[in-house]
Amino acid sequence: MYKWNFDVLWQYWDLFLYGLWLTVVYTAGSIAFGVVIGLITCGARLSGWKSLSFIARLYQEIFRCTPLLVQLLWFYYAFPLLVGVSIDNRVAAMLTLSLYVGAFYAEIFRGGILSIDRGQREAAAAIGMSPMQSMTRIVMPQALKRMLPSFINQSVIQFKNTSLVSVISVADLAYMAAVVNGQTYRPLESYTVMALLYIAVLFPLTQIADLIERRLRVSD
Amino acid sequence: MTIEREPDGNAMNAEALLEARGIRKSFGALKVLKGVDLTLARGEVVALIGPSGSGKSTLIRCLNMMEIPTAGTIHFHGKTIGREFRDAGDCTGIGTLRRHVGMVFQHFNLFPHKTVLENVTEGPIVVCGTPRAEAVAHALDLLSQVGLSQKRDAYPNHLSGGQKQRVAIARAMAMRPEVLLLDEVTSALDPELVGEVLAVIRRLVDDGITMAIVTHEMAFAADVADRVLFLDEGTIVAEGPPDETIRNPSNERLKAFVSRFNH
Ligand SMILES: Nc1ncnc2c1ncn2[C@@H]1O[C@H](COP(=O)(O)OP(=O)(O)O)[C@@H](O)[C@H]1O
Ligand SMILES: [Mg+2]
Repeated sequence: MYKWNFDVLWQYWDLFLYGLWLTVVYTAGSIAFGVVIGLITCGARLSGWKSLSFIARLYQEIFRCTPLLVQLLWFYYAFPLLVGVSIDNRVAAMLTLSLYVGAFYAEIFRGGILSIDRGQREAAAAIGMSPMQSMTRIVMPQALKRMLPSFINQSVIQFKNTSLVSVISVADLAYMAAVVNGQTYRPLESYTVMALLYIAVLFPLTQIADLIERRLRVSD
Repeated sequence: MTIEREPDGNAMNAEALLEARGIRKSFGALKVLKGVDLTLARGEVVALIGPSGSGKSTLIRCLNMMEIPTAGTIHFHGKTIGREFRDAGDCTGIGTLRRHVGMVFQHFNLFPHKTVLENVTEGPIVVCGTPRAEAVAHALDLLSQVGLSQKRDAYPNHLSGGQKQRVAIARAMAMRPEVLLLDEVTSALDPELVGEVLAVIRRLVDDGITMAIVTHEMAFAADVADRVLFLDEGTIVAEGPPDETIRNPSNERLKAFVSRFNH
């Protein structure tokens, strides 16, 4: 029977905490950049301008159809050879995570906007609203409500996906767990603590998300 | 086109408020409107009738540029409507046109995320910059006119179809439009709810609002319209006062169409 020993891990609590901090930073950062990228991409897709829409689509498909791990490796090891300058692993990590999630967000935004009945835009136009007013006051508020569950879901996945940046030596939670394991030779404890920390952050978030979703459904 | 002016500078047909000239509209290869002229004089009520698919909705939607005509022009107060949202040069912008020409739809298209009152005040506040208190006062007045004061804080999905359409009419009227366009506003309603909406429209007619009405309610059209236009396959086939059209049609196609409503 395995004898658990978490005591030896105590002295490394700062490593876990720092790793968790970086995981939060990369998640929050890539979500923020991803929203911007997603909005721009969604705008391009809906612009009605063929070439712009095509480029946006191409970007989305590339990032949706390759594994995130492959994208990280490519941006860190391959891309620098292409452009002739090495790029910092932290920059590569943030860039890749943002582009990855942005491609999915764009699809969520697009789906939300397209799900709003055309009559809504017509009614807004009929009282003299500009396309911009119609978008921000009529279409977006309704679309946001519809896309919120998928948006939260994608963001939760993003938090977990961030663990992959450890392969390019970004010292996130997964990386730190490996470091602690290397120091203590206690893989079971190290990786269990890591898993519990992920749960500790995400479980409350998913509960809140469910609550929000239920609330929204009631108000429909 | 340019309005011919009398020496004193007044437009000769000063009462021609909204005009469509030589309107053609195609969707791809489908020619829906094949050259239609329509003039709405101030205070006039024009009914557009015709078989389903004849282009009635397309025509009325061209009048506020909801559909951009393939050829032909729309004029408001004698000024040509441009293709831009804003006024540009001699052309009145589409935005300006729509601020003065209201529209009510078959399927209401109320804003579901806003209350009844907010639906009605949205246009004045956002588009016209009316102070909120003033917009609310006007909206409450309009809601009482359509008999829905007590529903001011309800959301649209808690209303019956007839109530929704009355709110939609109040929303359009909140802009103080010079012209109101109604596209089959009772067609999506249960039969027992049609009357309450027609009653509201009748009051607007009595108030002297200029209107273009697409409808299948022949008796109502005959009753309120000054002029009836019969549209068939994208052209106006017959035109005249109700007595010469709906009540005593001479045109064969119109006669056949109208007879279907007399049972
Ligand atoms: N946006 C559109 N795209 C393609 N075809 C359309 C569109 N709007 C209307 N049509 C077609 O134009 C014809 C006339 O439609 P409509 O003006 O709605 O007729 P009505 O209101 O008299 O029933 C129909 O055949 C309809 O299918
Ligand atoms: Mg129609």
